[in-house]
Amino acid sequence: MLENVDWDNMLGATWETLYMSGVAIFFTFFFGIALGLILFLSSKGQLWENKVVNSITSAFVNIFRSVPFIILIILLIPFTTAILGTMLGPNAALPALIIGSSPFYARLVEIGLREVDKGVVEAARSMGANQGHIIFKVLLPESMPALVSGITVTGILLVSFTAMAGVIGAGGLGDLAFRDGFQRNSPDVTLVATVITLVIVFILQGIGDVLTRNIDKR
Amino acid sequence: MIHLSNVSKTFQLKGQSLDAVKDVDLHIEKGEIFGVVGYSGAGKSTLVRLLNLLEKPTNGTVKIADYEMLKLSNRELKRARQEISMIFQHFNLLWSRTVRENIAFPLEIAGVSKAERYEKVAELAKLVGLEGREDSYPSQLSGGQKQRVGIARALANEPKVLLCDEATSALDPKTTNAILDLLHDINQRLGLTIVLITHEMNVIQKICSRVAVMEDGSVVEQGNVLEVFRHPQEEITKSFVKQLTDPEDSNQAIEEQLEQEKGTVVRLTFFGDDAEKPVVSELIRACNVTVNILQGNIANTQDGSYGSLFVSIEGDAAQLNEAIEFLQDHQVEAEVISRA
Repeated sequence: MLENVDWDNMLGATWETLYMSGVAIFFTFFFGIALGLILFLSSKGQLWENKVVNSITSAFVNIFRSVPFIILIILLIPFTTAILGTMLGPNAALPALIIGSSPFYARLVEIGLREVDKGVVEAARSMGANQGHIIFKVLLPESMPALVSGITVTGILLVSFTAMAGVIGAGGLGDLAFRDGFQRNSPDVTLVATVITLVIVFILQGIGDVLTRNIDKR
Repeated sequence: MIHLSNVSKTFQLKGQSLDAVKDVDLHIEKGEIFGVVGYSGAGKSTLVRLLNLLEKPTNGTVKIADYEMLKLSNRELKRARQEISMIFQHFNLLWSRTVRENIAFPLEIAGVSKAERYEKVAELAKLVGLEGREDSYPSQLSGGQKQRVGIARALANEPKVLLCDEATSALDPKTTNAILDLLHDINQRLGLTIVLITHEMNVIQKICSRVAVMEDGSVVEQGNVLEVFRHPQEEITKSFVKQLTDPEDSNQAIEEQLEQEKGTVVRLTFFGDDAEKPVVSELIRACNVTVNILQGNIANTQDGSYGSLFVSIEGDAAQLNEAIEFLQDHQVEAEVISRA
């Protein structure tokens, strides 16, 4: 039982997965909110209503969301080597992970922002609020539960993306399962890697649920 | 305090234009409570938003305090809005903030320091009767309490004008009265000018000194509340006044009684001090008729009372004429509804 599992390797791979997912979630949160805000604010009847900006952002988001992740990684290889100097290791997976998941999260952010009561924005305007006040004191805080549950869903997606990134040599549990488990025919390695991945996903979901429940005062 | 001249607002919707507000002239004095009444779709919500420029007028000028609202730069408009605050039908509180943080919100916008904000919030919470609830979230409050938060928030920057957009329409009658009392109290205490829009005549009757009636985007009638109650000119105004004096269920009761009544049914309308005089007992003595009271109703406005009374008078024709003359001599309007 589990005779092929090298626990040091397994631990190292777990850390790599956690590192890639964590950093990617962090950046996706900011890029996704920024993109989501642009999508929302440039839409009809909003603060920055602008058809051109809205169409361009929307097209960008749709394109990057539709490209399968495995192909996105390959397409981004020149870009990754240009900014990081390498296409191997966990860091090299980050650009693809962030670019792949931000558009997805941006759509979730946009939906969350649409749920904010228009009356509250109107009330803020009636008090003399400027755009900064409306964005940072009304829109974002009022949509926070949706933003947090959205990043939880995106985070779980990112964990599975990291496994795919293993194929190009990014490291992590996916890489280990594929190389040691599949190619060397050691199903016990694949099994353990899968269980650890599941545990990571459950923990992420749990944290997200608790956070959402605590911020939601509706 | 507030001067609107020739103000119009036209919305463009899918190639169609909709005149929401047409050529409105209004002059509202400092410190008064001015009511705008109309059915839904009459343009009153748009009208009130033209005052703080949440909607930009298509035509006309808006002057509030010393501000020529349409000539202000963006920055100046934001400053001016801090002096023209607003409360809403659905309160529009931030659910992510506590009562304290909600009341402090306009102060944050105005750039007041944290210590000063919290001092001011404590004062306001006391003023609106929310002491001890500062750490609650809006979802934990009743409708009336939410509107109190709305009012406290609106008062935070010491505004000169308070706009009330159907502020009591989502509340039950008892809570409505409590909120109206609070608004009246604030008006008296702080000398605040209040513009209140509503579709309920009892709100106008209870706290307004002057009223404008809106129909189809235009102000069709305006004046002192008691005057408008006494001599409504337009059909729509009459229908609003009737809301108060002839509640529908009692109208039905009257009709049923009419069929059985032997006497002549007369509707008496009293105004001001006359409403408190014992006219009916004097009538019985002076004209020697029998008077049977069918139904009565009295409404108090800011300038005096307004009442209506349905009576059935029994007597011969001469006595009847005498009785009606007697009533008219005593400043009571008498309208014969059905003759015996």
